[in-house]
Amino acid sequence: MDNTLSHEQHAQIQAHIQAHQHVPGGLMPLLHAIQDDIGYVPEAVYPEIAKALALSVAEVHGVVSFYHHFRTHPIGKHVLQVCRAESCQAMGSEKLEAALKATLGVDYHQTTTDGNVTLLPVYCLGNCGCSPAVMLDDEVYGRMSAEKVTDLIAEVCHG
Amino acid sequence: MVKVYVPIDSTALSLGAERTAKKMMQEAQARGVDVTLIRNGSRGLFWLEPLVEVETAQGRIAFGPVQPKDVAGLFDAIFTDALSDTAKAHPLYLGLTDELAWLKQQQRLTFARVGIIDPISLEDYLAHDGYKGLNNALGLSGADIVKAVTDSGLRGRGGAAFPTGIKWNTVLNAPSEQKYVVCNADEGDSGTYSDRMVMEDDPFMLIEGMTIAGIAVGASQGYIYLRSEYPHALKTLNEAIRKANVAGYLGDDILGSGHTFHLEVRRAAGAYVCGEETSLLESLEGKRGLVRFKPPLPAIEGLFGKPTIVNNVISLATIPIILDKGAQYYADYGMGRSRGTLPIQLAGNLKQTGLVELAFGATLRELLYDYGGGSASGRPIRAVQVGGPLGAYLPESQFDTPLDYEEFTKIWAVLGHGGIVAFDDNVDMAKMARYAFEFCAVESCGKCTPCRIGSTRGVEVMDKIVLGKNHPNNVQLLRDLSDTMLNGSLCALGGMTPYPVLSALNHFPEDFGLSNKEAAA
Repeated sequence: MDNTLSHEQHAQIQAHIQAHQHVPGGLMPLLHAIQDDIGYVPEAVYPEIAKALALSVAEVHGVVSFYHHFRTHPIGKHVLQVCRAESCQAMGSEKLEAALKATLGVDYHQTTTDGNVTLLPVYCLGNCGCSPAVMLDDEVYGRMSAEKVTDLIAEVCHG
Repeated sequence: MVKVYVPIDSTALSLGAERTAKKMMQEAQARGVDVTLIRNGSRGLFWLEPLVEVETAQGRIAFGPVQPKDVAGLFDAIFTDALSDTAKAHPLYLGLTDELAWLKQQQRLTFARVGIIDPISLEDYLAHDGYKGLNNALGLSGADIVKAVTDSGLRGRGGAAFPTGIKWNTVLNAPSEQKYVVCNADEGDSGTYSDRMVMEDDPFMLIEGMTIAGIAVGASQGYIYLRSEYPHALKTLNEAIRKANVAGYLGDDILGSGHTFHLEVRRAAGAYVCGEETSLLESLEGKRGLVRFKPPLPAIEGLFGKPTIVNNVISLATIPIILDKGAQYYADYGMGRSRGTLPIQLAGNLKQTGLVELAFGATLRELLYDYGGGSASGRPIRAVQVGGPLGAYLPESQFDTPLDYEEFTKIWAVLGHGGIVAFDDNVDMAKMARYAFEFCAVESCGKCTPCRIGSTRGVEVMDKIVLGKNHPNNVQLLRDLSDTMLNGSLCALGGMTPYPVLSALNHFPEDFGLSNKEAAA
């Protein structure tokens, strides 16, 4: 087991593996459960997952790496997803992306130096009626401007 | 007691509905007014969200958009009576919701309850014709249910527009101990949000539709494969499924009929290609979402190798009304071979975006200007993409095309899920064509060469064209590459990426540095 994981995290992962090992097609819900709790899917637990679900480690790796949603490393306290799909582009999301990258000082898939925000691209949040849209953690925000997103981040990160 | 409605739909929330709702309750408490707050779905008039409704003897009166700062004034206006002159004089007063032109002109069949009811109230659902379809279905044979779906003319809302009844019939006739019903709730097309609205704003309708599907073909297990980008829909669906189980509308022996149907939501993980039915099935099985070769069809060998119905959210959500009001009732709407209604989603650069449900046959122009009110920026609408990122870009000269599967095929376009994204004249169509390839490269499952390699080479060719390098040869190369992808790809992702690319090139050659003559050559 990865020694960067706490005992509590280790126990959580074990519990999820046990809960999902006999579920038909249980690998995806298992990965979601782990990421929901720990924030990512640690590569160190691939062998345990593989053994419990009668898969090869390569298969587990293959699934984790195939899906954009899953990640293998810890991320910031908050996740900011910026929609890059057509509807948002029609309403100026490109400018929004550039401004956010400049303000946060990061590119996509990177975390701010204070560890607060991880910036991710997303292809459609289903909020196309109010483009451009972003999602901060589990909440969607519509008709965004760089200024509004910056205020939002300040509010969420610093209360 | 005053009954007040504040939407809990994601789009309304994205514009501040939660704060408005909280402020409403605080204000009511401060004033000692007895207010019952109901969190309904969205009526789909997004430029008016958060849309607050107040119940009166004459019906629901709408105010919008209501921000927290407007709440105190709103209470002053409705304190005595939402029908009073003071209320009518309020700047956000919109009148009776049902009389709003946007809503009144629509033909809402699938969306009849959306925005009206409390999404997770089973009582509310039942009070608004909910589960009438299932009750009728329980008195019919599987073959009769399938016949009703076939007779209604319902077609899948994905790219292929395949008749739903034929798909069901194949599953019905496939002998197997175990069959499945799978709802494809992973349609990640830009401009598409009707699925999300169904799941957040009227989830029992989807549950009822899937239950009817299960009973029709003899499937005892259903899965909703839901986009990970929709956390609110996940919460709402799980709560609705829990309630349906408790009340006996799901589970063993549904309503004492002897039929069994279990339903579970499975989260997707942000792979666009998993909106393709065979990739989706692979993912549900816990694998990488690689496209499968067809045949065998999923209707014969689907999830875990068993016969499986795979339908989109809107198709399944349309089943209850067909079983309630009859196949003919549904089929009487529409034109040609496109029967019934289409929930159209107006998105992008439009003044009035939102959900419009109409019988097939309305034109793009009506939707863009009569409903959409023209562009949000006030500049001319130059291009419209219909049917998601794999849909063609249409120029103004094609805005009179009626929304009908066959009419769209004639102009080499697709209707898909009914998502309409408008762009004003600031759009650079060469950039959009490049983006289409880039999107395909990011989302390709990698199984077939045309899609995997073609998309990356497409980005390179587009870059050369934009730089003006060896123009005629690179445009020819672009066409050849598109041709290979169209004809050689395993699924619609690679197979339809040339739609946005070639339509942009053909209709907007000037953006590719070409004259019309060169483009035609």
